[in-house]
Amino acid sequence: MSVPLHHPVDLLRFNTCGSVDDGKSTLIGRLLYDSKSLMDDQVEALERSADLTGGGQINLANLTDGLRAEREQGITIDVAYRYFATPRRKFIIADTPGHVQYTRNMVTGASSANLSVVLVDARLGIIEQSRRHACIASLLRIPHLVVAVNKMDLVNYSEERFIEIRDQFEEFLPRLSLRDVKCIPVSALDGDNVVDPSKNMPWYSGPTLLSHLEDVHIGSDYNLKAFRLPVQWVNRPNNPSNPALHDFRGLSGQIAGGIIRVGQPVMVLPSGFSSVVKEILTPEGSVSEAFAPQSVTIVLEHDIDVSRGDMIVDPELLPGCSKELHAKICWLHPRPLECGKKFLLKHTTQTVQAAVTTIEHRINITNLNPENGVSELAMNDIGEVRIATSGPVVFDGYAANRLTGSFILIEPGTNTTVGAGMLFHPTEVARPEYKDFVI
Amino acid sequence: MSSYFLDHLQYLETEAIHVMREVAAEFERPALLFSGGKDSICLLRLAEKAFRPSEIPMPFLNIDTGHHFPELNEFRDRRAKELRGKLIVRTVEDALAKGIAVQAPGQVSRNHLQIPTLLAAIEEYRFDCCIGGARRDEEKARAKERFFSFRDSFGQWDPKNQRPEIWNLYNARINQGENMRVFPLSNWTEMDVWEYIRKENLEVPSIYFSHPRQCVRRLGQWLPVNDLVPPKPGEQVEELIVRVRTIGDIISTGCVESPAMSVDDIIAETSIARVTERGSRADDKASEAAMEDRKKAGYF
Repeated sequence: MSVPLHHPVDLLRFNTCGSVDDGKSTLIGRLLYDSKSLMDDQVEALERSADLTGGGQINLANLTDGLRAEREQGITIDVAYRYFATPRRKFIIADTPGHVQYTRNMVTGASSANLSVVLVDARLGIIEQSRRHACIASLLRIPHLVVAVNKMDLVNYSEERFIEIRDQFEEFLPRLSLRDVKCIPVSALDGDNVVDPSKNMPWYSGPTLLSHLEDVHIGSDYNLKAFRLPVQWVNRPNNPSNPALHDFRGLSGQIAGGIIRVGQPVMVLPSGFSSVVKEILTPEGSVSEAFAPQSVTIVLEHDIDVSRGDMIVDPELLPGCSKELHAKICWLHPRPLECGKKFLLKHTTQTVQAAVTTIEHRINITNLNPENGVSELAMNDIGEVRIATSGPVVFDGYAANRLTGSFILIEPGTNTTVGAGMLFHPTEVARPEYKDFVI
Repeated sequence: MSSYFLDHLQYLETEAIHVMREVAAEFERPALLFSGGKDSICLLRLAEKAFRPSEIPMPFLNIDTGHHFPELNEFRDRRAKELRGKLIVRTVEDALAKGIAVQAPGQVSRNHLQIPTLLAAIEEYRFDCCIGGARRDEEKARAKERFFSFRDSFGQWDPKNQRPEIWNLYNARINQGENMRVFPLSNWTEMDVWEYIRKENLEVPSIYFSHPRQCVRRLGQWLPVNDLVPPKPGEQVEELIVRVRTIGDIISTGCVESPAMSVDDIIAETSIARVTERGSRADDKASEAAMEDRKKAGYF
């Protein structure tokens, strides 16, 4: 048997959002079906359930609706993940449902995405729901957005209609902080412009959805400027068989930003101790440099006090460090957020106690305007808040770094994740006590 | 493309290592579920990489149904020894004898009996977290699984009430008696697993490669003939060149006809395969919600 040619393939994570009937599951089903990512037994299972419950009609949506209640009620309860590959790229789809809990689910599905696909029904155009999805993508700073104008078959594949919808969306764009937006006319039901170019829309010369997903440049989606390593685990071999390891003390974690090289000076925050990188271990072994988002273990020249929750940073590009935080927060729990209540705040690898001191306003997620005079945030609300923490948090603005600028809130007792936060840029950089302390 | 670029395997590796270290840091008594199957072989290599030069800071746990392929158990024991890890094996046999697990009359499969056996082992060792090799691409109900999957004090999974997982921030908090299952390979596909095995030059049990075996045709698949699966009257025993794609119990794991002798062959075969790997598992075909039901009850 011959071995397929293998060349470096990267990975694109995207999420799909749409409202209940605009054909989101059908679009995903089509993408999997036409890219030949579906297997015979999956098609067979589809046919089996078509015979039992679907009156003989194959329902591509059944591919993504995995739980019994979902199939019975024809809804999608939770975020489901799908995988497919082309020779160019591997893809992870977070399928986020469009019903009541949409904000919570979309935030979950989109938080780690490189790209969002917003589905728009060509008959309805840009509706409130579409604006909401674009606003959430913008708040989460998803680097790339695709507006898939679906059901083109139902508007006679009209170019005028497509341009009209594209213009509606572009009118709305200046409010958003989206860097890269692409509109594509498709028909998920028939497969037009999903994988194969449409014969029904010769006027459209742009890429199909799949070829756009294959081509979009994601190399610069991580922040490679300011070095940040949240210390996750201190690596100290227990009774090592190799005596050379007796004094080994490594600092393990996933690089959240920037590039690190052997010999480079670093600072540990919040303490402010300085040192120099002596050795870098990656999954590939000992290397001279490493970069975000690699998981590494770093050995420093000096034996200084570092533990989980500390952050090792570039001393030339310091982050913020504060016990008073300013953030946008998305509330995820049916019990509303009230000021003063205590939570646990998990940020990078540290967990501190926290309370929201002020809810400044709620953000209207169909136009991003502030709504004042709000005393609590209900589930699916996004608001701007001030938070006080029990210990200093070392952070960047979310706009600069999604990994060091984000946090979750956990309710003590139930241990439920109740909020997702995105921090504003620090108003001043860290000024640690021991900054001038040189060993 | 810049040189600061991770290919898909490097990305999946870095993500899995992050998840494993999070377990080591957040839990007091974690265990790593190791069966000797291809997914847990990857898991073990990732654990080596996550913690080296330290040794893997948690014991390995395997629930043996007594219906395992002998090749698998031999491999499991040898691999654990090579890594100087502590291997804990709890058997369904023993659980049945102690009355922890009860076999339904007429039931032959011991798949569901792994559940009480596993829960008893968790209780015995007071494990607060078990790392498993499950992947979301295996099955529809698994597609909704989290990296950190919370189980209540009865070991149950509640799919409608899962913790949202946002960015790379995992909520690992549990109360006394509760438990977490953690799946570092959540985002891996069958193909990724084989590509990783090739890249890392990992040894796998011989039954993944083609070998001659006596089989019978039953319910549309080839089952290996042995003491537990004797041919039924009228069934024709055939000697075929087969291999297994996924390893379950010897009584329910179908073999596929294949000439694949090497990892390269398997990768080539997987890339043109038209059936998912779980398509050869009778336990998942039982009903459309078979996996969902087992997971709710406390399955891996």
